[in-house]
Amino acid sequence: MYNFEYEKPSSVVDAVAALASDEAQALGGGQTLIPTMKQRLASPAKLVSLSGVAEMQGVSADGGLLTVGGAVTHAEVAAQASAYPALARMAGRIGDPAVRNRGTIGGSLANNDPSADYPAAALASAATVVTNAREIAADDFFQGMFDTALDEGEIITSVKFAVPQAASYQKFVQPASRFALVGVFVAKHADGVRVAVTGASEEGVFRWGEAEAALSADFAADAIAGLSLDPSGMIGDLHGTKEYRAHLVGVMTKRAVAAAT
Amino acid sequence: MPKDSGIGASPKRREDVRFLTGNGNYTDDINLHGQAYAAFARSNVANGKINSVDTSAAEAMPGVLAVFTGEDFVEVGGNPAGWYIESRDGTPMKEPKRPVLAHGKVRHVGDAYAAVIAETYEQARDAVEALEVDIDELPAVASSVAALAEGAPLVHDEIETNLCFDWGWIEDNRAATDEAIKNAPHVTTLELVNNRLVPNAMEPRASTANYNPGTGDYTLYTTSQNPHLTRLLICAFVMGIPENKLTVIAPDVGGGFGSKIYHYGEEALVLAAAKKLGRPVKWTADRSESFLTDAHGRDHVTTIELATETDGTFIAIRTSTLANVGAYLSNFSTCVPTFLHGTLMAGNYAVPNVYVNLKAVITNTAPVDAYRGAGRPEATYSIERVIDKCARELGIDPIAIRRKNFIKPDQFPYTTPVGLQYDTGDYDAVMDKLEEIGDLAGFPARRAESEANGKIRGLGINSYIEACGIAPSNLVGVLGARVGLYDAATVRVNATGTLAVMVGAHSHGQGHETAFPQVVAEMLGIDEGLIEIVHGDTSKIPFGMGTYGSRSLAVCGSAVVRATEKIIKKATKIAAHMMEASEADIEFKDGQFSVTGTDKSVAFGEVAFKAYVPHDFPAEELEPGLEETAFYDPANFTYPAGAYACEVEVDPDTGKVSIERFSAADDFGNIINPMIVDGQVHGGIGQGIGQALLEGCVYDEDGQLLSASYMDYAMPRADDLPFYAVDHSCQTPCTHNPLGVKGCGEAGAIGSPPAVVNAVVDALQSAGKDVTHIDMPLSPGRVWAAMNG
Ligand SMILES: Cc1cc2nc3c(=O)[nH]c(=O)nc-3n(C[C@H](O)[C@H](O)[C@H](O)COP(=O)(O)OP(=O)(O)OC[C@H]3O[C@@H](n4cnc5c(N)ncnc54)[C@H](O)[C@@H]3O)c2cc1C
Repeated sequence: MYNFEYEKPSSVVDAVAALASDEAQALGGGQTLIPTMKQRLASPAKLVSLSGVAEMQGVSADGGLLTVGGAVTHAEVAAQASAYPALARMAGRIGDPAVRNRGTIGGSLANNDPSADYPAAALASAATVVTNAREIAADDFFQGMFDTALDEGEIITSVKFAVPQAASYQKFVQPASRFALVGVFVAKHADGVRVAVTGASEEGVFRWGEAEAALSADFAADAIAGLSLDPSGMIGDLHGTKEYRAHLVGVMTKRAVAAAT
Repeated sequence: MPKDSGIGASPKRREDVRFLTGNGNYTDDINLHGQAYAAFARSNVANGKINSVDTSAAEAMPGVLAVFTGEDFVEVGGNPAGWYIESRDGTPMKEPKRPVLAHGKVRHVGDAYAAVIAETYEQARDAVEALEVDIDELPAVASSVAALAEGAPLVHDEIETNLCFDWGWIEDNRAATDEAIKNAPHVTTLELVNNRLVPNAMEPRASTANYNPGTGDYTLYTTSQNPHLTRLLICAFVMGIPENKLTVIAPDVGGGFGSKIYHYGEEALVLAAAKKLGRPVKWTADRSESFLTDAHGRDHVTTIELATETDGTFIAIRTSTLANVGAYLSNFSTCVPTFLHGTLMAGNYAVPNVYVNLKAVITNTAPVDAYRGAGRPEATYSIERVIDKCARELGIDPIAIRRKNFIKPDQFPYTTPVGLQYDTGDYDAVMDKLEEIGDLAGFPARRAESEANGKIRGLGINSYIEACGIAPSNLVGVLGARVGLYDAATVRVNATGTLAVMVGAHSHGQGHETAFPQVVAEMLGIDEGLIEIVHGDTSKIPFGMGTYGSRSLAVCGSAVVRATEKIIKKATKIAAHMMEASEADIEFKDGQFSVTGTDKSVAFGEVAFKAYVPHDFPAEELEPGLEETAFYDPANFTYPAGAYACEVEVDPDTGKVSIERFSAADDFGNIINPMIVDGQVHGGIGQGIGQALLEGCVYDEDGQLLSASYMDYAMPRADDLPFYAVDHSCQTPCTHNPLGVKGCGEAGAIGSPPAVVNAVVDALQSAGKDVTHIDMPLSPGRVWAAMNG
């Protein structure tokens, strides 16, 4: 690790100001950023910790909306998001306890790892990503592997999830990292079904339109029995071929529909 | 009544108190006054010509004390292979030089070509980044198959081939085996890969060197499984330091699994740096360095043929294997695929013809050497997989075909066609025990239950034999070993009756500090708590060969017995003097020396005290003191054997395998501490299941390590493993060591992979899939592809 400065502001305004300095970077739970720095693959001049920002804390439910502060940890979502059980369960299975006690929703979404779980949840839930500057619909937020609509120095202050009528996240883990080899989040909303897939595509998290249409017409696992994904855009690596991932998307989608509550 | 002390008891492991409370003392915990830090510059290409390494910018960096390159070590020796092998045509193996730092060429990703010493570790790493290096990347060979291809790039230009040796075992069996296979009514052929593994000891390698310019003495603290061998290699081969001027200390070591048997260049580097700077120098590997540079394990590509009568009687086994030994010959690398593999190729079976051909191949990958089981897992896997395939082809039950061919109890000692003489065993008894503890009769019902839940279930059977306690020196010498393979112990009785037992074996998880005192306490009739085991420090212990190959108890434990016998003999003399009796009339029992037929007796502790306060000793006849040393060189290997059963469920939608039951019946001969044996078997099975389902060390064609971190290299976690049923009540004691013990450290890792793979194949077959083999690791994707391909 190279040397860096460290700041811990207590408000969003101060955090944004601190991030304006040269080569400053936001620090959430550090579960991605710190290992990268230890491997000398990143060398921010300054880390601005968001963990002391009170406005970015807390989980609250209001009507059909669940709002999670941008600095809320996975463990807190697992324990407090009872209004949205599928989301709470998903958060409770990210990494291991140490990761869940440090890692944050803001960090996970900003990082947009192609195998991360939160992007699938946000996309399937038609979530709104709230930043210090604006509100961004999940459909516009994710822009390919490790890429998002966030501008330089922009921070996620909260995330608003539309709580679906029924939902389930099915994660088939990559045996080494236990990130998703394929993860499928199915959410049945009043205006239709959303199916978001992580882990599988070279483009990062995506919505499976065909399955959404079939499931919106008939919310049953059999409804997608005849569908298959084109393997050509899938990730192929040590842990699974493109064909295997395409196949797993189908299996996990069916399981998610069957398990949706 | 189970005993609560001595041989056969299960006292808790005393070393665990310090390990579990954070009071262990590992190499990296040792910080010496004025210590500097080393960091290494490592190649990021698999094969490359070093044009230049410009150190000037690095030398000018803050805190930098010295920079070393390969240039600095051209004058010193190389790190040798410990075993000499001849090819079938009588030519010697090709032995490339292995320098401390690469010079001229780098030969694998991670090959170190320079090192920086600085005041802090971070400064040393900064300076490594400031080195200006010009390396031309060359085409590389990353697999044994690629390395032998026509026109393949050379790893070592000076030896002009990537074929290290082409070994036949036993060459005299070749023609008869070929003939038997040609004429056999049935031949089963199987091609398989024994997957390459990264050892992943919890503690990374580390070395700290100190040099005293006033005395010329060096001290090396290092993560070693055998400090004396490390000292010998450094002194006699690599650096020429007089052996009396180097102390090697391997303090607490956090696991080795083979990877810490060998001497590595980093040890030599810190010694050279400490001398140059007159300051202690420390290096601790980070996890990436462990992945790239710890000697890896396995990596065999094998074709095996099993010829049988139509009733399943074995006629012949023939194998042809390519063993990837990596870019340099690590110390045991030439012995593992030959004498620890080819000699085991008869398994537990009375098979008249066996011939093994093994080609060791040099590649642009990290060196490959012994990893838990070392050669024997590879042999067992080949044999037990082909037997399973054969049984299926012939329509014979997998247990029945094994029983039919087992060597029977009345055939021992049994000489195999591949050069070993098994002393004892009862393989049917072990199989009976397995059927009982695994409730194999209940399998059909469990299969039906799985099927009702939409899963497919399989049962895999395996029986293994292994050779442990590698020895004897005179035999291994003939076979090519460049060292002896005895061990040593010194028993020192203190004046107040406590004991220090100095042993040549090294404990890095095995529990010697608990088990060895049980042996001595039993023999002397005293409390185990009075006995301390000393190991790991060449200035304190006699010259032993360390710990690997499940040898500690069988070989070093036997030395402890011999030394303790000498103690009893000497103590008997002293007791006779004390009680004014003749030595012949002294009886020793339960810690008391008594004169037969009288009520006179003295306790062991009183004799000890007398030995050091010998006011009335007849100086001519009786030496003061009570301390004895014994070296023990066994007459043969020991031959633990066992039978394992694995039951798996496969998810037909995803190919995911889960292990539902795992049973292991082992014959380890006599048992000193059953709890420790259970633990060793559990750990070994965990590693074997890891190999079978999860672990795969993968290089791409250019020699880049794809599985270079835990993000891609899957280690078994607790929830990947089932509860085990283990049993070691079948005991045919070893006939040639005084404890009758056989060794248990590697058994689990040897016996489990074929059981797992046999079970998965059985499951797929039960679902009507025509799958006869899947290469390890059986990842969900591979199993799914096999089911759907
Ligand atoms: C062992 C391990 C296992 C894991 N397993 C999983 C898993 O199964 N599933 C999964 O989804 N993830 C997994 N993760 C990742 C984990 O969830 C991380 O928490 C997450 O990826 C990053 O969140 P963080 O708060 O730690 O962010 P950090 O590491 O602190 O930051 C990551 C990036 O986000 C930026 N950032 C942080 N917070 C904000 C914010 N509020 N606004 C804008 N930018 C911000 C940072 O500048 C940085 O670029 C795992 C991580 C580890 C170490």
